[in-house]
Amino acid sequence: MTSMLTTPTRLRKSREASETRFKWFGRGAIAISLAFLVFMVGSIILQGKGALTTSEIAVTVDLSAENIDPNDIEATSFDSLMKKSLRETFPEVTSRGDKRKLYGLLSVDLGFELRDHILADPSILGGPQKLWFTASDDADLVISGSVDRDLPEDERRMSDLEISWLETLENNDSVNRHFNSKFFTNGDSREPELAGILSALMGSLLTLSVCFFVSFPIAILAAIYLEEFAPKNRLSQFIEVNINNLAAVPSIVFGLLGLAMLLNTFGLPRSTPLVGGLVLSLMTLPTIIIAARASLRAVPPSIREAALGMGASPVQATFHHVAPLALPGILTGTIVGMAQALGETAPLLMIGMVAFIADVPTSIVEPAAALPVQIFLWADASERAFVEKTSAAIIVLLVFLVLMNLLAIFLRKKFEKRF
Amino acid sequence: MSPKNAATAAKLNITAGNRSKTVEMLVTGVLIACSLVAILVTVGIVFSLLFESIRFFERVPMSEFLFGTKWSPQTALRADQVAAEGSFGAVPLITGTLLISFIAMCVATPLGLFSAIYLSEYASKRTRNWVKPLLEILAGIPTVVYGFFAALVVAPMLRSTGESVGLNVSSESALAAGLIMGVMIIPLISSLSDDVINAVPQSLRDASLGLGSTDSETIRKVILPAAIPGIAGSLLLAASRAIGETMIVVMAAGLAANLTANPLEAVTTITAQIVALLTGDQEFDSAKTLSAFALGLLLFIVTLILNVISLKIVNKYREQYD
Repeated sequence: MTSMLTTPTRLRKSREASETRFKWFGRGAIAISLAFLVFMVGSIILQGKGALTTSEIAVTVDLSAENIDPNDIEATSFDSLMKKSLRETFPEVTSRGDKRKLYGLLSVDLGFELRDHILADPSILGGPQKLWFTASDDADLVISGSVDRDLPEDERRMSDLEISWLETLENNDSVNRHFNSKFFTNGDSREPELAGILSALMGSLLTLSVCFFVSFPIAILAAIYLEEFAPKNRLSQFIEVNINNLAAVPSIVFGLLGLAMLLNTFGLPRSTPLVGGLVLSLMTLPTIIIAARASLRAVPPSIREAALGMGASPVQATFHHVAPLALPGILTGTIVGMAQALGETAPLLMIGMVAFIADVPTSIVEPAAALPVQIFLWADASERAFVEKTSAAIIVLLVFLVLMNLLAIFLRKKFEKRF
Repeated sequence: MSPKNAATAAKLNITAGNRSKTVEMLVTGVLIACSLVAILVTVGIVFSLLFESIRFFERVPMSEFLFGTKWSPQTALRADQVAAEGSFGAVPLITGTLLISFIAMCVATPLGLFSAIYLSEYASKRTRNWVKPLLEILAGIPTVVYGFFAALVVAPMLRSTGESVGLNVSSESALAAGLIMGVMIIPLISSLSDDVINAVPQSLRDASLGLGSTDSETIRKVILPAAIPGIAGSLLLAASRAIGETMIVVMAAGLAANLTANPLEAVTTITAQIVALLTGDQEFDSAKTLSAFALGLLLFIVTLILNVISLKIVNKYREQYD
């Protein structure tokens, strides 16, 4: 603007300045929102990274017949054998308290792990063997560097003595870090190093299946009725207002409905994917109906008229010609609705899906947890290592959400038809 | 074809015709039934909330619930215990909810509105296609993730910042929950306002620009006034979302029922109390459990009113100029 012939007057300058300022407010607002997104997701990924790897410690165990009877392996006291082996690795440890700390380097499951090693490969029996065991959560935090070793002793959970043991092990090549497959194959546990998300994932999968099989047919049929058959009368209008309002009702209210109706009146089993899925399906119903109606509306009337003109009945015209054309759009809306349901937590708390569930559920009438509820539970746990687990579970949840949304975008792009 | 066969065929045809008519009616019936589910759900919500709330108000007078300032739901250990039923004054919860929602709106309104203005009036089509979906991601992130982030990162950050300037910030402050909730509702405000701003007809813009006003003057003096009712509607919808939001406040705001307007102190909200009252072991007949339904009814009524008003306004002004 300065290239104009007249020199800018003061008023003009201030108007230009305010124009620039206004533009920057807009840019700033977007930048702040996106920066927050990056900051939040970034910090969660950084924290969760630690839980995707796990530490193992190698201990030499004497598996000779003197300790383990090859004919009756199960009779062995694996726990005490492990403890003995640890004591032999660090013979200088003598006091009771120190011994307990020494055992604490490994997870509480150390006996079971030894048993699994032997059952997996009985040929290792007969002599001393160097075997790998899961490190405890506190040891893992030190090994991975999540807890700074140079902190003053009273600000960390591991004492100088325990860290010196770990350093000895590290110098002997007896410490190892690798991908934490346990996190994906174990159920929940009170011990962070053993806790996994499989039970929660299965719970979410079962819950979502119930939600899908209930809400998808009902929503499609309701949308078809409202869009293709409903006369323009008070009832249709009332249904429409109802659907729009249901979409904005707070999710926790649906939880209260589930608690009062499904659990207390109908007596369905508490904490199960069946009830969770039903509650979530009531919530996703409006989302799918609204999306399905929009995509039915996008099918041009010529398709309908052609079918009716060839002698098809209204039901045939709808189900044979209009609905199939609208299906990609309906599916996209359904996936978006399912993604919402996957992240929903509050209504599941109301119907009791917050119990500690270690077993992987196999049917929809067994008590189960769900992924977001697992995140809520772990976020409440006091152990430092659960912070990493929570972040890792959030990463898994976000990955699923991203995949579902990508699938929706892909479907829309691939099958989008312009009439 | 023998006459007999023809007759059978005709008969078959008739039955087929009848059958298809029955099928048509049956299908239509199923379709109607499915769309009535939406009404059934609403009726179910209203009845289950009302029914349990009435049982609650038989024990605790409604005036105490609505105007009492002390919230400490107890279950009696002994029948003759003093204050065995606890006190159920919902005022601290209501003020807590309003305080947190107010903070959230203070964050989300400027950020959401300015984003919407920039995207609809200044941004190139390319930028718009990129930025809009990115902003929508904020709405797609589950609220439990926001809650975790608020409790674990934002609250300690506020606390240490507060300490360094000599302020005593509670570790479960209303501020942390409100700030994060604000971020969560940015996309709601920005996308609804975007629609409303886009619905303002081009002729108004052209007229204003033609008279020599700059872009920002056009936006502030012509477009925003024309869009203001619709924007107000989108803000109301966002406020209703904030009031009904649960996980962020459960994880970041805590359960201390303080009657305060200080954002640095801990407050609790209606939703957080519902969760606290109904998780864990519960006997279904105590006033404590039933009070959760009364809170739910209150929440439902407030959000319903906000939703109805805002949906009406938004729909009206979205299409006003078409």
